Amino acid sequence: MTEPLLAAMAVGIGGAAGALARHAVGLAIESRWSLVVVNTLGSFALGVVIGVPTGPSATLAVGVGFCGAFTTFSSFAVETVTTAEAGDPGTATAFAALNVVAAVAALLTGSGLALVVT
Amino acid sequence: MERTLAGAALVAAGGFAGALTRYAVDIAAGDVTGLGTLLVNVVGSFALGLLVTRATEVRTQLFVGTGFVSSFTTYSTFAADAVALGTVAGTGYVVVSYAAGFLAAIAGLALGRRL
Repeated sequence: MTEPLLAAMAVGIGGAAGALARHAVGLAIESRWSLVVVNTLGSFALGVVIGVPTGPSATLAVGVGFCGAFTTFSSFAVETVTTAEAGDPGTATAFAALNVVAAVAALLTGSGLALVVT
Repeated sequence: MERTLAGAALVAAGGFAGALTRYAVDIAAGDVTGLGTLLVNVVGSFALGLLVTRATEVRTQLFVGTGFVSSFTTYSTFAADAVALGTVAGTGYVVVSYAAGFLAAIAGLALGRRL
């Protein structure tokens, strides 16, 4: 069992780094598709964390903190809704479907890869 | 502001607090797979809808939007929970999360435009 304060620090620092990295990707790819990129990469990384036998601190810092904050649901939901509201339900539907299909596939790939390597 | 060091600091500080709050909600939600994640994603989608219609200052958008709310919600754990629940329950979890998240975003946007 990780000490509560240490666990909180691990999550917080991982979260700060994840938010920064997401911000950087958003500045590099200035479109809604940057969200697909972060959500897919972050889900792949979380899959690796789930598949590799790491300690609780690493899981908290990388899995809950970094991957959790690097990926985002709120921006995804607002983007989907505003795209549909702007009269483009086709793009909104494709965007919503692509996010979940790519994220789940990436997560399974990450955890599968981790199990093979370790 | 978006590309400055101060902007990055606001995003990081918001991300620290957002991830920590999500962790606290997840602990409070207990051992039900996906419940904590569903809660943060729905609440966060409402909050971001409200924020994007109300926040005019870039500093607020970076700290609260890009930093706090976007880190409070998560997609990777959402995907992991959906996989952990198995094909049938996992698909249901995705449908419920999407429906509730979109409705929350619509409500937040509508409220923000009305205020």
